[in-house]
Amino acid sequence: MTRAIVSLPATARRGDIIEIKAIAAHAMETGFRHTQLGVPIPRDIITGFACTYNGEEIFRAVFYPAIAANPYLTFSTVATESGTIACSWSGDNGYSVTESAAITVA
Amino acid sequence: MKRDDTKTSRREFLLAAGGIIGGITLKPATAAAAESTAAISVAPAATREAIAKVVGSARVTPGKVMLDLPALVENGNAVPLSVKVDSPMTQADHVRAIHVFTEKNPLPNVVSFFLGPRAGRASVATRIRLADTQTVLAVCELSDGSFWSGSVDVVVTLAACTEVL
Amino acid sequence: MQCGFTMLRPVYLALLLAASAMPAHTAEIAPAERRSGYEMMSRETRAMQDDDAANPAMLWVLDGEVLWNKKMGAAGLACADCHGDARASMKGVAARYPAFDAARARPVDLEQRINTCRTEKQEAPPLAFESRDLLALTAYIGRQSRGMPIRIEADARMSPFIEAGREMYNRRQGQLNLACAQCHDDNWGKRLAGNVIPQAHPTGYPLYRLEWQNLGSLQRRLRNCLVGIRAEPYDYGANEFVDLELFLMWRARGMTIETPAVRP
Repeated sequence: MTRAIVSLPATARRGDIIEIKAIAAHAMETGFRHTQLGVPIPRDIITGFACTYNGEEIFRAVFYPAIAANPYLTFSTVATESGTIACSWSGDNGYSVTESAAITVA
Repeated sequence: MKRDDTKTSRREFLLAAGGIIGGITLKPATAAAAESTAAISVAPAATREAIAKVVGSARVTPGKVMLDLPALVENGNAVPLSVKVDSPMTQADHVRAIHVFTEKNPLPNVVSFFLGPRAGRASVATRIRLADTQTVLAVCELSDGSFWSGSVDVVVTLAACTEVL
Repeated sequence: MQCGFTMLRPVYLALLLAASAMPAHTAEIAPAERRSGYEMMSRETRAMQDDDAANPAMLWVLDGEVLWNKKMGAAGLACADCHGDARASMKGVAARYPAFDAARARPVDLEQRINTCRTEKQEAPPLAFESRDLLALTAYIGRQSRGMPIRIEADARMSPFIEAGREMYNRRQGQLNLACAQCHDDNWGKRLAGNVIPQAHPTGYPLYRLEWQNLGSLQRRLRNCLVGIRAEPYDYGANEFVDLELFLMWRARGMTIETPAVRP
């Protein structure tokens, strides 16, 4: 099952600011909903997001239940060198997903 | 969504405001800045406490943070939010973090972004949930330790044709 | 008008009083005035649809691609084994569904067509309506028609079913006694709660509806409409739904497929 999509330009010039877009498949159950019988539905959300560029962290986020389902993020980084940009999501109930994309920097 | 029934009246907030976030600069230059100062000072206690956890006793100056949300939200389940901070993003002068809060959601915190000079520019976008018509606030922390804020008022309605009655 | 009309006036009044029981009179939208719901959304929601990197529906499209290539059922066949590369073989297919099924002697929608392949060719159990796998496959197949015009023709075989769908579209239903036409032909462009009423052209299904926080089919959306007017929704796969889907697609003929779309 596709758990996440990471999109960024395949190539860039050194020093360019590139945009990274990331979507994760997750219902982001807030913990504030109840079933029709009044039983609370427990919280089940992504709580953390981190992005590394050749292993070094370039961006991090903390999510709360107010983040919409199938969380979407777009942020930027400076293209410094060729390599791998990896996004990882972690959350309740042991949720852990990593998705990467390669970039060639000239 | 459950309402936070522990909120007290706004008048009581204004009186108590000084004790929680002391020294909010009251010299906003623009209407937007005035709005965010007012927004923090009249926000419910839970929101102000959440902001206090981030800024401690530091002063929060209105400005630099530009929050962009639609004025009339099409659906409160997924509201596009973008936040930009006016900053050169150099090693010497950059944005360390941006925190977003709401006043009427069951929890005040929405998201926190942690950036640094590698970002190139301080511009992040996501999609959030808004429970009701309200003010959304953003507080950013710069590398020099200063805090800046911005806010936007948003109208949220229910969808017309839903799944369950 | 002549005196004949004046004499008939009391009858005319009686007819007016009974109007609430009659089918709603509506003005069909002129072909040149047809607009996709896309044009009535906010700039931000349109941006979500326009950017594949920001559209959550792509999560399902990618899943659909995996399923397309996966061997299934007792026959151990993948869709690809018969249909090859979907980008070629499925181009334009979703744009002409619902399509006539000779075996059933009636139109079927894409979901039913996929399940026919599953049961008859792959010898696998049918996929449940609104299941993740069926949505993924319809999204993947629908995506191959993106940008193409809807092509439904009212030929001799299809006309009776288009008419059945049209009849339902114009019929008042539910506790609110509303016909689809009254919102979507007569009052499109006006607001209902925070949303603009669209003309109801199914150009982008299956789509990511912000209200659902999920991908969903046209039938799911139609069920929402029926619940909205307090009418009993038909079951998924009901002939009534397929007839209505067919009518709506025929009404939208020539308009561009946007699958997978985003809507509020």
